[in-house]
Amino acid sequence: MTTPANKSTERKDEKLIMDAGDISRAMIRIAHEIVERNKGVKDLALVGIRTGGVHLAHRLVKRIQSIEGVQVPIGELDITLYRDDLALRKNQPILRKTSVPFDMTNKVVVLVDDVLFTGRTIRAAMDGLMDLGRPEEIQLAVLVDRGHRQLPIKANYIGKNLPTSRDEQVQVLLEEAREDDRVVILKA
Amino acid sequence: MSLKRKDLLSLAPLSVDEITLILETADSFKEVTGREIKKVPALRGKTVVNLFFEPSTRTRTSFELAAKRLSADVINFSPSSSSVVKGETLLDTARNIEAMQADIIVLRHSSAGAAETLAHGVKSSVINAGDGWHEHPTQALLDLYTIRQRGMNFRGLRVAIVGDVSHSRVARSNIYALTKLGAEVRLVGPPTMMPCGVEKLGAKVYYDMDEGLRGTNVIMMLRLQLERQGRALFPTIREYSRLYGLTAERVRLADTGAIVMHPGPINRGVEIAPDVADSLSSVILDQVANGVAVRMGILYLMSGVN
Repeated sequence: MTTPANKSTERKDEKLIMDAGDISRAMIRIAHEIVERNKGVKDLALVGIRTGGVHLAHRLVKRIQSIEGVQVPIGELDITLYRDDLALRKNQPILRKTSVPFDMTNKVVVLVDDVLFTGRTIRAAMDGLMDLGRPEEIQLAVLVDRGHRQLPIKANYIGKNLPTSRDEQVQVLLEEAREDDRVVILKA
Repeated sequence: MSLKRKDLLSLAPLSVDEITLILETADSFKEVTGREIKKVPALRGKTVVNLFFEPSTRTRTSFELAAKRLSADVINFSPSSSSVVKGETLLDTARNIEAMQADIIVLRHSSAGAAETLAHGVKSSVINAGDGWHEHPTQALLDLYTIRQRGMNFRGLRVAIVGDVSHSRVARSNIYALTKLGAEVRLVGPPTMMPCGVEKLGAKVYYDMDEGLRGTNVIMMLRLQLERQGRALFPTIREYSRLYGLTAERVRLADTGAIVMHPGPINRGVEIAPDVADSLSSVILDQVANGVAVRMGILYLMSGVN
């Protein structure tokens, strides 16, 4: 397994937190942690939260396959309909497709997202999952945990703990979205 | 983008982007309607009132199901059991309903323009579920969705709308939307059922059914609306059926893979032969199924705070 070279360089309006190499190494570690914690991949499935989480989930599936030689089922979840601010919004957000093409009953489902912040997205994602089936267990993997939780939610697998102030903006930019892989804090 | 409209009254003012947004949003709800638990909390705490001043099975049930699947509270209102029989006006009825914190009012009325009148008089969002001979926007949107679901591209698509065009609000909404999306719309029917100056809407008129159907990709049949006509516009139903009824033989004039649509309820053996209504090319029941997803999409997009 080759590790990509650090190809991201800091840009004028952003502070570089993780480059392509850092992200790749974090993904490899999380993949190993998932396999270790679950004693293999039997009854394991990954569900990425749209949009960044979906890309990361696909990467984790590949990493897990290279470790265990098995492709675990993967799903994609749009949490928009479960957001807790829909009743307060003037214009409703655009919906994307949800696709979980496997039965979640008795499965350990690892939810994957790019940034864990207030926890509201994860709460919505768990509600969404419960409407689609009854997983045996839900675990959470995130690339960045930036703190400022508003709900009692904690990740099982974290790429990087990143202390931030509330008004900072953390962005995970990925190749799949035609960007150089990097995690940045946008400068005001 | 988002749907920045308080009301959905007509398809005439909608842009291609807005129509596309509604159809793409309906895609997400199509997935929801296929789940074991067909319910999402998107409209929790919102109230949807179905205000139907005309008989309706399909549209009312479809809106009710759509609202309930979005977790909204739904009130079904029918004039025969309401204060309308005591002489209350439409606007007063609606304002009273609004005073009970209704967020969205779905209106079906026999007068063209009723939905627009209501929309100007209340703060709630108003969705036109059919107003007289004017428009039926949600029916046309579900028709578009059904066409798109079959993998058809609207640009250059040949669509024949057959029957009583002049009394059809479904036809009018479809003409607006389809021409906007780049389809070639053909209107087929007797001269007595063709509104004056309809060509100005960008549609071609055919009085001969066989000629009108030749090479089409979509055949949209209209119900013979005997209850709306007030006077006879054709000598006999039998003659109408012979000249403008859709038979299997006539379907063969259309393009290979053409689909047959009908907004319902169908008059079997009048505008459409039973074997055609039940054939593989018929998407009539798909239209009904898609109606719920499309209306969920519309209710969702219109549920923003006014």
